[in-house]
Amino acid sequence: MYKSFSDHLLDWAGRILLTLILGFLVLPFIVVFIASFNESAILSFPPQSWSTRWYVNAFEYRDFGNGLRNSLRVAAFGAGIALVAGAGFAYVFNRYDFAFKNTLNGILLSPLIIPNFTIGLGVLVLTAAASMPRNVWTVVAVHVIIVLPFVVRSVYVSLQNLERAYEQAAESLGGRPLHVLLTITLPLLLPGLVAGAIFAAILSFNEFTASLYVVSQRTETLPVAMYNYVREYADPTLAAMSVLYVAAVAALLLLVHKIFRLEKVLNVD
Amino acid sequence: MLIDTAQASAQQTADAPAVRVEGVSKSFAGSVALEPISMRIERGEFLTLLGPSGCGKTTLLNLIAGFLEADQGELYIHDKPVTRVPPYQREIGIVFQNYALFPHMSVARNVGYGLRTRGVPKAEAERRVREALALVKLEDFADRRPRQLSGGQQQRVALARALVIRPRVLLLDEPFSALDRNLRAAMQVELREIQTSLGLTTVFVTHDQGEALSMSDRIAVMSRATIRQIGTPSEIYDHPQNHFVASFVGDANMFRATLLEAEGSDARLKLGETEARITSFQTDLPAPGPVTLFVRPEHCHLAEPGTPGTIPATVALSVYQGSHTELHVDCPLAEGGRAMLRVPSRTSVAPGEPLAIGLAESGAAVFGAED
Repeated sequence: MYKSFSDHLLDWAGRILLTLILGFLVLPFIVVFIASFNESAILSFPPQSWSTRWYVNAFEYRDFGNGLRNSLRVAAFGAGIALVAGAGFAYVFNRYDFAFKNTLNGILLSPLIIPNFTIGLGVLVLTAAASMPRNVWTVVAVHVIIVLPFVVRSVYVSLQNLERAYEQAAESLGGRPLHVLLTITLPLLLPGLVAGAIFAAILSFNEFTASLYVVSQRTETLPVAMYNYVREYADPTLAAMSVLYVAAVAALLLLVHKIFRLEKVLNVD
Repeated sequence: MLIDTAQASAQQTADAPAVRVEGVSKSFAGSVALEPISMRIERGEFLTLLGPSGCGKTTLLNLIAGFLEADQGELYIHDKPVTRVPPYQREIGIVFQNYALFPHMSVARNVGYGLRTRGVPKAEAERRVREALALVKLEDFADRRPRQLSGGQQQRVALARALVIRPRVLLLDEPFSALDRNLRAAMQVELREIQTSLGLTTVFVTHDQGEALSMSDRIAVMSRATIRQIGTPSEIYDHPQNHFVASFVGDANMFRATLLEAEGSDARLKLGETEARITSFQTDLPAPGPVTLFVRPEHCHLAEPGTPGTIPATVALSVYQGSHTELHVDCPLAEGGRAMLRVPSRTSVAPGEPLAIGLAESGAAVFGAED
């Protein structure tokens, strides 16, 4: 196709703009990445000399190990519970009509509007008023509230895209509702369920604001541990920690991508 | 080989129809999807529900399948009331428009699904799956995934999956619409052969009148949520009972006329400036007044302009069809201003040439305004 000079100009302008936007998006990470290799104990930019000692420090700092264990536990349980509950809600919303459906939907999605610190504060006040102990399950509960809307949405969209004919065919072939759910509906929804669970786990793993209100020294999550670290020390350990954090989440996403590819190979998509 | 398992119990009620619909109706959120309908579908019959989209044919199919529950009325399969029986207990096979093959299962597991739900022993299930796949000539494709198959092959798998459970009724929901023209014709023949050889009661939903005419034992023509006429293909084509059926099935010429007098099946009509006498195939003619005169193109012939009893027209377009030529004519008396004639191919007529449409003595009908 023939392109005029102005077309080329527009083409290049578009490319440059796109590069600038992408650069802007990853700029903070690039700065942190470079800073994490700074030898100096003071977080400064650009570094004068290089070292990997802050990575060693990140691994050796006890609170981070403890925080990572807590975060993984909270993310696993939080995403797991949210997946089961969210998938159930999504199924009910998709398949049944009932009174106050819109109201219930609004309540379910309200954590999208209510700020995380409000949710954290609310649970803190509630547990204090009921003199309930604040343990790891308190943190899990807060995270379930926060990630549930995302899981409901994710599964709901998958259900909407699922043609009813599959289930109807199975029913006509003698499949009772539960059997159809287990052999047809769930396998066909699997990509949506996996995506929802992974998304929930990552959200939970990154959650800081609400957690801050409900964690104790023993149950503090990794982001909270990092926050507490930076209040005491100003060295590049936190930059190193950030790089590890990003690497871990990126690895998880890559893994998901691999699984979805695998789905295609297996013809389950 | 695929004999109804309910044969023994069915023997006592052998004369009962396969499906009996009694006053069944359905509405969705206040809009009527199906007016109260009553009909019988005989054993081994191939019945087509024909109509435009939104006419209620899919609703009726879904009611028979059990995916919808009727608002009123009763539905019987082999003389047993099934109105409130869930789909998984109705012993019905369905082939959907997009086949709805389970993408996460192999062809063999797709076909075997209905046997697993019934707890058929493994060895017997394997044999029946093999037989069903042989019936649709797909023995060698048992281990493939549905999406590794062509459209025609997918349809055969869907058919095998529905047949393997030895259904009492086979429901087909526009199964040919996703196939290209040549494959469609081949699959139609094949399906009809399998259906006849198994003596399988079949309800077929389509909006394609050609498909309906060529495949069915009987056709139920539907529009506006009700059945407008039910009969054999030739009854529907040759003797349509109302304006809708006449115009929906086959080519039809419709002329505005005034019914002057009627005696039995004979009618005297005023057609514009002239008068014509026709013998209708109807036994009941409408009351004198404005009517629509219906004539198939094959019951029209070319006449000299000005001949009494003929309808004036001018040639708009002549389309060569090999065995004959279609003359599309501008005709002020015709509905939509157009009529169509089939004339021998050697007839030479130029666009703009005036002519007259002569009517055969039989094959016509007059429909009142309310039809």
